[in-house]
Amino acid sequence: MPNAVHIVVCAGIVPDPLQTLEPITGPTGPGLKNEMVLPAVLDPWAASSLYEAANLAAKNPGSKLWLVSLGPKAKLQQVMMTVAQKVAFELVPIDGPIGGFPDAHSTAAVLAETIAALPGLDRSKLLLFGGWESATRGAGVTLQLVGERLGITDQFQGVDQIDLREDGSFEVLERVEGGKHQLSVCAGTPAVLGWATGNLAEPRNNPQVGMANMRTIMPALAKAKAAKLEANGLRYLSASLPKQQRTTRVVKDLTPDQIAAELVAWIGAE
Amino acid sequence: MESILVLTHADESGFALSKASLEAVTAGKELATQLKASLTIGIVAADAAIVANSLASTGAHLLAVTGEAFNQPRYASDAAACEALCRAAQTTIILVPGTSRFARVAAGVAHRLGGFIDTHITALGGADTVEATRWYYRQRVEAVISRDARPWFLLLDAGTHSAYAGQPGAAQVEQIAAELPALRTIVSGLRAPAQDAQTIRPDVKLLLVAGAGWTKKQPDGQIHVKEAGELILGFLRVTGASLGSSKSLVDQGGEGEPVLPFLTHMNQIGQTGSTPRHAKGLSTCCHGEEPHVVGWRFIADRRAISLDPNCGWARGKADVVYVADAFQVIAKLNALLEAAKA
Repeated sequence: MPNAVHIVVCAGIVPDPLQTLEPITGPTGPGLKNEMVLPAVLDPWAASSLYEAANLAAKNPGSKLWLVSLGPKAKLQQVMMTVAQKVAFELVPIDGPIGGFPDAHSTAAVLAETIAALPGLDRSKLLLFGGWESATRGAGVTLQLVGERLGITDQFQGVDQIDLREDGSFEVLERVEGGKHQLSVCAGTPAVLGWATGNLAEPRNNPQVGMANMRTIMPALAKAKAAKLEANGLRYLSASLPKQQRTTRVVKDLTPDQIAAELVAWIGAE
Repeated sequence: MESILVLTHADESGFALSKASLEAVTAGKELATQLKASLTIGIVAADAAIVANSLASTGAHLLAVTGEAFNQPRYASDAAACEALCRAAQTTIILVPGTSRFARVAAGVAHRLGGFIDTHITALGGADTVEATRWYYRQRVEAVISRDARPWFLLLDAGTHSAYAGQPGAAQVEQIAAELPALRTIVSGLRAPAQDAQTIRPDVKLLLVAGAGWTKKQPDGQIHVKEAGELILGFLRVTGASLGSSKSLVDQGGEGEPVLPFLTHMNQIGQTGSTPRHAKGLSTCCHGEEPHVVGWRFIADRRAISLDPNCGWARGKADVVYVADAFQVIAKLNALLEAAKA
């Protein structure tokens, strides 16, 4: 099994994108109103990385896949009820705060410490996966920081594709400016890959996979270590919803010709 | 007393600084004036001599890490170069352009320096201290932050400052040596669609966004994907606009539904896509739902064509909503634009 890889996916949980968000300020800083009761999903880009990881593991026998997730245990359990039916993985939960306002450096420190202590992980075979940005903080730095803490200096962000070769090297496509991809070839693991959308559709729910996963997920949740995240001097001076509400002109009585003429003038105007 | 380093890098040609780098230079000059701080500019390029000339009139101390290894964007070499520049400059604030090249390494460099980083900065303010504005929850919550810890790295979103355009001249550059680790990654180049198929154009004024309605049944009960594709590409051809799409439209490919073949997830804007910056945006056949509209946060002038007068766009998200059939309007629009061009 020359190409067996050990893939660790870091994925947080985020409010369902369809939910209305309202920031509030509490004693520990900003948060979201009713954050704990908002329906949550696995972070979308990190979810893409999980599906890509499962696909890669399936193609390379002997590979292992861990999902490391930091969030309140109760919310993690709720989200795992769905995620567990998608692909097979071993959950490594960390009981910690939810949301985008905690400092990324603290999050990275906790994740790196957890990954370094994973039983059975061969760090020479490690592919550290995750979303290139979260849908909460959206900073795009946590994976980099985890990678640095684990001493990994081959890192790729905005990844849409990985092709593992027989010699253990791999090709990576990363998003760059202007709708282009940068093509790189890395000599082999270990490496960090922050995923964009990838190429795979969301797997269909598979109850058998779900049942197999839940046998290990529930005990793992019960044993999840609690993590406290330091602020590292980060201060929030304000957190608010954008106030711009446009005065929309709804045009119902123009013909396509008239609309087209109006749009021509609009496009041409400075 | 603060001191500022602006990290910059050469563009694809290798003979000029990237536009986002020049924007970061503008931000650095403004912040240095505001804080009465010293300004240093660090350059990463294969050959810094030519690119540095565009910075001659900044009055800043110029540092450079140069060599063939720094010709291409790669984590190991870029992180080593930026680390060397930061250690040489010893500043408290480091401004970094939000390019894919430096976004890949900035956090790693901050960690190596024992510093902290905040990214996607859209504005810098404050009188005696630095206050940075950024968005959370994919452009849905705006926050102003500050940090006491130093060094503080601030990765600036592209398009938030004007590009520095001072008088070029002969610049004095101090060369800095960077210690390279073993390089295990080779950058083979860029993979781009053929020129006529490239639909993502971040530097143009107009964005056209196609929604899932283009591939749904039309009033005749039929689907007209081919015609939709021709209309959209025709519009892009005649206007030079950039093309965005809704998530639902690009997802259709994976769900076995009819698709517009030139659309990929790279075109997707919104909560799980990009947030482009264009002066104007025209939405067609999408309903202005919140997860999609967050991708329009930085589009100044917004118009929409939708058959639904009660769609999300009409609720204060667009400036003008035309209640009409986009197939008909875009066909007429293309004809008018082509006639005007001829």
